[in-house]
Amino acid sequence: MANEAAFLDPVLLAALVLSAAITLVAGYRVIVGPTTPDRVVALDVIGTNVVAIAALYAMFSARGLFADVALVLAIIGFISTITVARYVTEGDIIE
Amino acid sequence: MFDTTIAPTALARILDPVVLVSESGGPPTVGPIRGAVVVALVALGAFFLIVGTVGLVRLPDIYNRMHATSKATTIGAASILLANTAYFGPRGAGLVSLVGIVFLFVTAPTGSHMISRAAQRMGVDFAGDVTWPGASGDVDDPTESDGTEPADD
Repeated sequence: MANEAAFLDPVLLAALVLSAAITLVAGYRVIVGPTTPDRVVALDVIGTNVVAIAALYAMFSARGLFADVALVLAIIGFISTITVARYVTEGDIIE
Repeated sequence: MFDTTIAPTALARILDPVVLVSESGGPPTVGPIRGAVVVALVALGAFFLIVGTVGLVRLPDIYNRMHATSKATTIGAASILLANTAYFGPRGAGLVSLVGIVFLFVTAPTGSHMISRAAQRMGVDFAGDVTWPGASGDVDDPTESDGTEPADD
């Protein structure tokens, strides 16, 4: 690794483990959420957490490619949220 | 680090959009000050992600949960992407991360608003004895065409 700051790698690893753990905790709301919008909100939170995980992994592995992965995941998460909201409300997506 | 022998075309080359996006220059060398900034931003982002997830799990209602997640989680992810920018520099992956921050701040309230409107149309009630403000039970929804025209506030 080209990092001169040697304290950076343990911090990034801890943040990665923490983000993965709270993503699993958000899966609880996906499973037991009483209504469909609860599940959609929980999946939106999981998507945002995965964006953060991709950004953290970009720093952890020192490869800028994963910043593009984070951006594309954010776009797909937004499109899926809008799609599910429209499907729940209107009954179909493309009329 | 500044190159003191800047040619007249150097500024044009720096501001070239292709160079701005594509030239990341390999893994960056992070000194202690940049490392401290990155660690502070990552810690802030992880804190806000924890706040958002705890609000998602613990709050009693879909609307309350959305209130927690749509702000705290967005701030957390944006802080981690800003740490990404501080790590990779203002070009290449750092610029992509800045674009991601702008995208998150535009789209997260939009998606949250659409989900909450879908929940209201589905008839998801509030927790406890909370009611909508103003009217007794029904909501002014300008997108619903049945019934009377909603009055202005």
